[in-house]
Amino acid sequence: MSRRLDFSARGAAGEALFRWTCASAATLLLAALGGLVVSLAIGGWPAFRKFGLGFLTSTEWNPVTEVYGAAGPIVGTLITAFAALLIALPLAIGISVFLVEFCPRRVARPIAVAIELLAGIPSIVYGMWGLFVLAPWFAEHIQLPIIMSAEEGSFVDRWFAGVPNGANIVTASLILAIMILPYMAAVFRELLLTVPPQVREAGYGLGCTPFEVIRHITIPYVGQGMIGVIMLGLGRALGETMAVTFIIGNSHRFPGSVFDSGSTIASTIANEFAEATSDMHSASLVALGFVLFVITFTVLATARGLLARAAR
Amino acid sequence: MILRCLSILLLALGALAPSAPGFAAPVTLSGAGATFPAPIYAGWAEVYRLRTGNRINYQPIGSGGGIKQIKARTIDFGASDKPMKPADLAAAGLYQFPTVVGGVVPIVHVPGIPTNRLKLSGAVLGDIFLGRIKRWNAKPIAALNPGLPLPNLPITVVHRSDGSGTTFLFTSFLAARSPEWAKVVGASDAVQWPAGIGGKGNDGVSAFVKQTFGAIGYVEYAFAKQTGAPVALVQNRDGAFPPPVAASFAAAAASAPWAGAPGNYVLLVDQPGRAAWPITGATFVLIPRNPADPARAKGVLRFFDWAYHIGDRAALSLDYVPLPPRVRIMIRRQWNTAVTAGGQPVYPTR
Amino acid sequence: MRGSSPARARNRRIVNAIFVGGCGVATAIALGALVLILWSLVVQGIGGIDGRIFTLAQPAPGSTGGLSNAIVGSLLMCGLGMLIALIVGVLAGTWLAEYGGRTRYGHIVRFMNDVLLSAPSILVGLFVYELLVEPLGGFSGYAGAVALAFLATPVVTRTTEDILNLQPNTLREAGMALGATRAFVTRRIVWRAAATGLVTAGLLGFARISGETAPLLFTSLGNQFFSADMAAPMASLPTTIFQFALSAYDDWRRLAWVGALLIAVAVLAINIVGRLLARETHRP
Repeated sequence: MSRRLDFSARGAAGEALFRWTCASAATLLLAALGGLVVSLAIGGWPAFRKFGLGFLTSTEWNPVTEVYGAAGPIVGTLITAFAALLIALPLAIGISVFLVEFCPRRVARPIAVAIELLAGIPSIVYGMWGLFVLAPWFAEHIQLPIIMSAEEGSFVDRWFAGVPNGANIVTASLILAIMILPYMAAVFRELLLTVPPQVREAGYGLGCTPFEVIRHITIPYVGQGMIGVIMLGLGRALGETMAVTFIIGNSHRFPGSVFDSGSTIASTIANEFAEATSDMHSASLVALGFVLFVITFTVLATARGLLARAAR
Repeated sequence: MILRCLSILLLALGALAPSAPGFAAPVTLSGAGATFPAPIYAGWAEVYRLRTGNRINYQPIGSGGGIKQIKARTIDFGASDKPMKPADLAAAGLYQFPTVVGGVVPIVHVPGIPTNRLKLSGAVLGDIFLGRIKRWNAKPIAALNPGLPLPNLPITVVHRSDGSGTTFLFTSFLAARSPEWAKVVGASDAVQWPAGIGGKGNDGVSAFVKQTFGAIGYVEYAFAKQTGAPVALVQNRDGAFPPPVAASFAAAAASAPWAGAPGNYVLLVDQPGRAAWPITGATFVLIPRNPADPARAKGVLRFFDWAYHIGDRAALSLDYVPLPPRVRIMIRRQWNTAVTAGGQPVYPTR
Repeated sequence: MRGSSPARARNRRIVNAIFVGGCGVATAIALGALVLILWSLVVQGIGGIDGRIFTLAQPAPGSTGGLSNAIVGSLLMCGLGMLIALIVGVLAGTWLAEYGGRTRYGHIVRFMNDVLLSAPSILVGLFVYELLVEPLGGFSGYAGAVALAFLATPVVTRTTEDILNLQPNTLREAGMALGATRAFVTRRIVWRAAATGLVTAGLLGFARISGETAPLLFTSLGNQFFSADMAAPMASLPTTIFQFALSAYDDWRRLAWVGALLIAVAVLAINIVGRLLARETHRP
């Protein structure tokens, strides 16, 4: 730093101002979410009043008779988000460990940039890619062999039944996993980079293998940040819209098998909102959005509680 | 440092913004709504700007969006594939008129069956989409198609997952020809599908149909034509199987009861006439009856008047069908009384 | 780790080898997915790139045109949106990490931020519509920028807090020991040390919003003509891609792929530039 360090003069006033600015930014965030939730609650109120609890438990979603129940999309949202997290988390850990621990820095940088690039591909492109590339491939090389090898009435037959065209909850979860991967990997990598080298070297000094250092030293060190990585991934997976819409098959039933089609809350809203002409239809879609917030809320709170307990 | 850098950027952006309107000197009229007519409105607007310098900005946000936005008066005109009921129009203080006509066609993926060969009636199509006819060699299909080698292949139904005017036309036709469909499902821009999987947009439907042996779906005519998907013929009200071409859509539009329809509420599905394609529909423009800014409403009407006069070739080249001339004359006359400011027509026509 | 019988040592080596191999495979999978997707973007999009893409506004089907209106609209709205998101997000993240993160209020803010991360973008668009478009009587580029800021802010906040939390406390203590205020230490020392991480925060936020379609439909609406007036309806690449990609016409579909390729290239370029800048400032 070339300038003279002259910080005593700013003093308490500057400190208070900065602190106050930061705090109001945090409050602004809270107000934004508050406003969003309140506007959803108001917009969705007609649907809640008309259908009551049935809105959450019924799978009937019928724009003609104006009866709406959201159980199908709710279940679909949970299944796809958790499946995506389950796929993406080990991948994200593997990638960031590989880049930080095993890869020369000169190679690690471009790879890291490349993986972050995955986050910049528009959602609709993932959707089109899923529809035109992943789904046909999946149908031909995974779905068909499984279906054809199954005996009628067997366990495999029942659990893997479905139209063999690759539009199902598995492919939707795969696409979701690819989409949340860059966020999780990028943040996790940053976390690993902040672990002081002395800490890790101490482990190696004891004769630990790299696996043991990561498992017993590095991951516990970044502990809380790890929760952040999972929240980031889960949060994005719950709300992702366009890519899922293209490939999940969009039926409002409960998925009956692994390769069955389903729908998510976000995909239902994206599918129907633009053309919803009746007031109850759009109110129900807004109510669905409110439900998504409640789900996100519950899922994140539960996940945070479980992770905090596991970390202890 | 970072903060200072950001605030300088912010100031720069702030300074730039007010100077920017210099780019946008001519008045731009905004419209929004149905996705279906967006290509032809864009085509007309492009030529219109070259000829007159006026800009008509149309954005496809969906029919529901178009109706909501024109009700909130955030745009100069709305557009919808599903006409508003006369009572709803009156309640919202709106007037609607049709602009162009289009068709919906079933597309199939059945080995050994080329385009325009498979014949289906409304009742059979209804049973297929209800999930009651499950195989391609089922008796009701075979009865309509003697001599066609129908395979013993399961039928996979593919429908639109998004709300759509295309779905509205298709289900309206099924409801008109299949009492079962009318009872179990009904007609709307989104319905509770008893069977099948949903693809997003025409693109999603045609991709799923293409990827699945034994699939049947429905798309806009332009989409089937451009992608070359095998089309199935549909029996019309007079028992004939007209080819899905512009002339058949025009025939349906010509035989519709336009005159005397309150609020121009006219559905073109299931029209009489041997040449009429049974799944046809018009798309509509919505404008306020008593616009707050008559000059802008006048600009909208002038644009569509221009399109009525010289827009036919552009429409046909994009696989839309122009309205019959007598309907256009009737609509232009309506404008004198339908859209007014202080009792005077906003855009007087002869 | 205890004991050192040869069998145990062999087991540990095997486990380790599997782990290292697994990490490599994970990276290969991600890179493979990227290559596959980019490949389809390049194959479909590269042929359509020429000068007209940047000089002409979007065409009607069958006539020539480019994407200049969408490119300029996206730049303006993403730029302004990102600016808002960075200011609010970095400050809020700093507050969580340095000041109020351990208070009850801090826990609430952090949690709500995580919830906000999953807000489906279409609902954010609707909210901003009710907040800005309806009261002000029209669609505008400003409303679009606000909706985008809404989506990027939680990413920036979350990442900022995580990165700041991991800066060693000795760093802060050293500053304080010299008599600097907390604000000074945070701005001049902690932020500087966390520069690469903060850049990552910004890049992730930018990546998040650059491809968003749904929040723009009901805020900036779109504009088929060239316009840099942010107070009027404004075009954007994602809405144009969306409209064109699902259309029946080949020339529109080709433009959609070009647009998608442009977004990917822009994200790549910004990523590289951001990292170079971070490396510069990181140097003592």
